[in-house]
Amino acid sequence: MSRLGPLFETLRAENRRAVIPYLVAGDPDEALTVPLMHSLVGAGADIIEVGVPFSDPMSEGPTIQKGHERALEGGTSLLSTLALVKQFRETNVETPLVLMGYANPLERKGYAAVADACAEAGIDGLITVDLPPEEVAAMNAELQRQNIDNIFLISPTTSDERVATITAQASGFIYYVALKGVTGAGHLDTDAVEAHLATIRQHTSLPVAVGFGIKDADTAATVAGCADAVVVGSALVDLVANDLISGGSHTSAISGAHSLISSIRNGVNLATSN
Amino acid sequence: MTIDINPDLYAQVPDEHGRFGIYGGKFVAETLMSALAELESLYNDLKDDPAFLREFDLDLAHYVGRPSPLYEAARWSDMIGGGRIYLKREDLNHTGAHKVNNTIGQALLAKYMGKKRVIAETGAGQHGVASATVAARLGLECHVFMGEEDVRRQALNVYRMKLLGAEVIPVTSGSKTLKDAMNEALRDWVTNVDNTFYIIGTVAGPHPYPMLVRDFQSVIGREARAQSLAMTGKLPDALVACVGGGSNAIGLFHPFLSDNEVAMYGVEAGGKGVETGEHAAPLSAGIPGVLHGNRTYLMQDENGQIMHTHSVSAGLDYPGVGPEHAWLKDIGRVNYVDATDTEALAAFHRVTRVEGIMPALETAHALAYAEKLAAEMTPDQHVIVNLSGRGDKDILTVAEIDGIDLGAR
Ligand SMILES: Cc1ncc(COP(=O)(O)O)c(C=O)c1O
Repeated sequence: MSRLGPLFETLRAENRRAVIPYLVAGDPDEALTVPLMHSLVGAGADIIEVGVPFSDPMSEGPTIQKGHERALEGGTSLLSTLALVKQFRETNVETPLVLMGYANPLERKGYAAVADACAEAGIDGLITVDLPPEEVAAMNAELQRQNIDNIFLISPTTSDERVATITAQASGFIYYVALKGVTGAGHLDTDAVEAHLATIRQHTSLPVAVGFGIKDADTAATVAGCADAVVVGSALVDLVANDLISGGSHTSAISGAHSLISSIRNGVNLATSN
Repeated sequence: MTIDINPDLYAQVPDEHGRFGIYGGKFVAETLMSALAELESLYNDLKDDPAFLREFDLDLAHYVGRPSPLYEAARWSDMIGGGRIYLKREDLNHTGAHKVNNTIGQALLAKYMGKKRVIAETGAGQHGVASATVAARLGLECHVFMGEEDVRRQALNVYRMKLLGAEVIPVTSGSKTLKDAMNEALRDWVTNVDNTFYIIGTVAGPHPYPMLVRDFQSVIGREARAQSLAMTGKLPDALVACVGGGSNAIGLFHPFLSDNEVAMYGVEAGGKGVETGEHAAPLSAGIPGVLHGNRTYLMQDENGQIMHTHSVSAGLDYPGVGPEHAWLKDIGRVNYVDATDTEALAAFHRVTRVEGIMPALETAHALAYAEKLAAEMTPDQHVIVNLSGRGDKDILTVAEIDGIDLGAR
């Protein structure tokens, strides 16, 4: 059973917003991933989004693309990503985990096998960037069989009519892509985000997470004013990579990541405390 | 060999979801779905609209120079001593390849949509040049994405695009070739979707691209069919075309699909030999999967990662192939074969010397296979080869392989 529904119920009751950091599994090596995940939870992450490395990550900007490339160089695959998830679950059975990736690695293994493997590893939801509602039916059936949430993307270009179709099929939460562009782009328009979220909420009572373009405590706080969750991806991937590239150790990279997510956690808390 | 297939079948694909059997579809990020829907609805309105078709035909006649000749390669055929080889001369089109048929069509769509900026991906640079050309003519801003590796091996075309006023953006991610250029073009499109038209250069990408590119390129086969009947009194016994994404091949094949007596051969890039793994022949050695918006045969590993490809020709160096070809392979209507780098280079030299026609290295793959095929045919039979482009752009590559320093770089 997915942990996402119960988590958001608790958060709603407490008037809190979720912080969702994104990392690429195996970036830059598999030894970092699980300790980093635990540290993110310690810093206040409510959910972790785990990127599955892919050779052609079409929706990613340069920062996360490089993360995928580093992970692939180390040989991380869908299966080894799930092995890391299992390892994380040895000491954490509460924090919801969401896989984010692209269709081909899932197609290659077969949707039924993927759903089984995800359930066994302790995955709560899946976001597949290039499986829009038109193409997701086969996958969705398998995920439902295992009670895994299929999390749909809605973007600034999604028509009202499509919002209705998408929300009708969605579970877990809705992922609102805050801008027209790739991950890590820098032109977030918070007024527009607020307006779009209002439209989405006319169609669904599911929680809405906002991602793409949130890089620090300030943007996170602003977005948390109208969203149920904020996703922080490129800023985190960038910080960890820069630390390691400039000679840092796993320990220093993890502690840098901890401070970033702590500060975002505080920003988000402040936004909802008054 | 005749195959019994309901002739109406070919008019029924793609279906309303953009599928050719299990292939095709619209596997893109949500942000692009509305742009695809808009394009699809515009194209459905225009594709039978007499005014639109007339504008397209006039451009093809007066700007591209169509119809392109069907030419009997008499000396080459005599040397082979089997069936007669006819060349469909797409190399004589303005800009030197079949690519322009499609860019003329898509530029018209961009004009109808009021988009002021166009983007394109390119491998060999022919589609980039054809896009830059139509953009210059319509006064549109044009950005062309090209893998860094291809920027190097197609330096002449890079400069041509710049002269035409386009900006060429070298792509440094992944394998630095065509597939990565397409990733980057898709990323640009997601970012600038409001004012930008993406001119895809082959019968790949999400629906409706494989359909509309096929329709624009089908002028090749329609002409060839009429020309064959006029010149020989019959349909060809076989058709041969190289397959990168598959646009020149589908353009030639499509109008003949219901003619069951016409055999068809799509020639993929065998690189160093399909058995070495260093090739670009997904139909010969790939597995179905999802890339660049459609389901098709892909070169991928057991984890679903897309593999690096190898071909001497930049325009064939792509790990996927148009979804209609995947379908035509599965139903057995078209035979997909390969020619290696070495075979293609030999055919490049031979046709240049024997016929005075210097083909593109992409095209040379089709010529290499046609030579084998013609040898097994009788003189009363004939094969049409799509001479998809001219080889000027490849002179530096060929010189380098032959160990000749032209001092041009
Ligand atoms: C002359 C020529 N032929 C063939 C191709 C391969 O593309 P397609 O398979 O779409 O015809 C190219 C691509 O760049 C080309 O330039």
